[in-house]
Amino acid sequence: MDLTFSKDEVEFRDELREWLAENSPGEEPRGDEDAIFAFRTGWQRSLYDSGWAAVHWPQEYGGRDATLMESAIFFEEMGRAGAPLPANVLGLLLAGPTIMAWGTPGQKDRYLTPILSAEEIWCQGFSEPEAGSDLAAVKTRAVRDGDDWIVTGQKVWTSGAQYSKWCMLVARTDPEASKHKGLSYFLMDMEQDAVQVRPLVQITGEAEFNELFIEEARIPHENMLGEEGNGWIVALTTLMNERSGLGFFLQVRLRQLLDKLVAEAVANGSIGDPVISQSLGDMLERTETLRLTAYRGLSTIMKYGQPGPEGSLTKWLWSETNQMMTQLAVDIVGPNALHKDNPWAYELLRARGNSIEGGTTEILKNIIAERVMGLPRK
Amino acid sequence: MEFDFTEDQHEIKRTAKDLLAKRSTAERVRFAAEAATYEESLWNELVELGWPGVAISEDYGGGGLGVLELATLLEESGYALANSPLLATAACGLALQEAGSDAQKSEWLPKLASGEATGSFGIDTQIFPDAAEADVIVVVAVDGSSISLVDNPRAVAVEVETIDPTRRYGAVGLGEGTDPMPGDASAALALGAVLTSAELVGVCARALEMTVDYVKDRKQFGRPVGSFQAVQHRCAQMLLHTEGARSVTYYAAWAADADRTLLAEASALAKSSASKAGVEVTGSAIQAHGGIGFTWEADVHWFYKRAQLDAAYLGGTKTHRARLTEIAAAASGSS
Repeated sequence: MDLTFSKDEVEFRDELREWLAENSPGEEPRGDEDAIFAFRTGWQRSLYDSGWAAVHWPQEYGGRDATLMESAIFFEEMGRAGAPLPANVLGLLLAGPTIMAWGTPGQKDRYLTPILSAEEIWCQGFSEPEAGSDLAAVKTRAVRDGDDWIVTGQKVWTSGAQYSKWCMLVARTDPEASKHKGLSYFLMDMEQDAVQVRPLVQITGEAEFNELFIEEARIPHENMLGEEGNGWIVALTTLMNERSGLGFFLQVRLRQLLDKLVAEAVANGSIGDPVISQSLGDMLERTETLRLTAYRGLSTIMKYGQPGPEGSLTKWLWSETNQMMTQLAVDIVGPNALHKDNPWAYELLRARGNSIEGGTTEILKNIIAERVMGLPRK
Repeated sequence: MEFDFTEDQHEIKRTAKDLLAKRSTAERVRFAAEAATYEESLWNELVELGWPGVAISEDYGGGGLGVLELATLLEESGYALANSPLLATAACGLALQEAGSDAQKSEWLPKLASGEATGSFGIDTQIFPDAAEADVIVVVAVDGSSISLVDNPRAVAVEVETIDPTRRYGAVGLGEGTDPMPGDASAALALGAVLTSAELVGVCARALEMTVDYVKDRKQFGRPVGSFQAVQHRCAQMLLHTEGARSVTYYAAWAADADRTLLAEASALAKSSASKAGVEVTGSAIQAHGGIGFTWEADVHWFYKRAQLDAAYLGGTKTHRARLTEIAAAASGSS
């Protein structure tokens, strides 16, 4: 057991820190979605120009062949430096690795570089109004028409759709086949009239997400990723990628917020209140448990090639802790924390989504019970 | 970074698990608890294998391995709920090694390492594990300001009965024969907390395993109760507690060996988390077993009782959470 970074890992981190010190992205604009997107595009270009856009990608595709541990370090350092996520985060984390795993040589050639450079932004068209946690229930239909597929349906929770050139789309190509087997995975061009994007305003007042209305959109057959009817398996590749990497970014951000809260409690004296002290201790315990469990999970995957029981726990622990901590902030800061412009007010509201996005806590618990502990399904 | 045991450490842990699966079966645990006694033969075997002295320096006849190796043994000992003075003797040994004078160490460490003597460790006025039969006791003052050695425990320690019959406990009254130790009481306490956390991780892992087996098997309404989401989610919560406590406990044991600057915080983290996990997981185990879980006849209560005593020993969740906040507040002020 060695919980220090290896020489290579330290070198990787120091090189990144040095680069970050010289290439600070500056303060992200607030409130204005377009300005935020432009800022994040600029940030990704800057990363791309210096070879930092996708450290976890193989070198042949423009990455650095980073190990999982280095990739975790990358996200920790980004979080620590207060850097924003790159504009094309879904392309870098989800679309790219899925195309690498399932794409033809032609597809890899066509799509990977513009993902890295943020020239082409990607969004994820999985969830539907009637297919949330029950993802395999998607109803969006794709019907073959010569060399094309004609797609009709509705998608929801598609973040960044208004800026996207491409969509990772899961649609039903065989309504007769069983639920999981009738699906196929497409790379859909968003720049067509048949695809309408409507912003979905969330409880924070922002619109991070959208609804997609797809009315007889055309997708050339060559834009299918993987075989026809294999969409569920391809989608699982995307979903597996969803849970890694970012966790380290979020985990560091959580710790930074907690450090701010401790400083606030010291400054206003509430730290002397034993109830507040206990609650902060709980948050410190959870935050450290999250960090260490995430690293333990990573070590298990690197050493044994598959996740251990701890791997399924971090997203749940993170979302629960972020909700508890932002609620505690209201106790420590007082009602002023709820002033519309107070950063804690935003964090409090945004945290409500954490236990829903990327798999609800209830679904995660089901998965843990059934797949990790082997409890019987109904 | 490699957050996993080395092959040797895995081997130590596996060997311990296999041995205790044979020697500390549920029947033996029950027999010892109901008779309020220990099985000499089990302790003798552990002594022969060098368990009590595993982390004592070779200079004093110990195994010269780390706190991490010792922690794996304690985890397995907790998992099997083995009846022996292992935790008490090991914690006493580490406290002596940490804070004792050369003379104190020369006198006692070889005896503790060889099993010729057993020890105990604790905080003045609180309950000490295996104190009444111990040959030497290390006592930390209530305010943590000093640490001392009692070498005539039979004169000052009396057996007390607790809710946990799987272990013997004593009360220690300081008096004549108390010999001050020159070292750092807080480091000794931190090491004891790490060892106790390791035992709690084992207790949790076993209670969870028993529960999962039970709810897979037990049928109501024509199906296994483990197929009901309410029960499944309880089990998932038990896993989160157990694995979280495991992460931080291994980290603290590693810090004890590899980076002492982290030990104060890491040990508070481990004991805070493991104490919470122990109480929650074993309580949940009783609940998931239903009515049978509340009976003397089922074995889950032994784990609940041990977890309660271990959770309170050397400070529970609240004590250690307050410590975590103190440490964070101090860092906040200085940065």
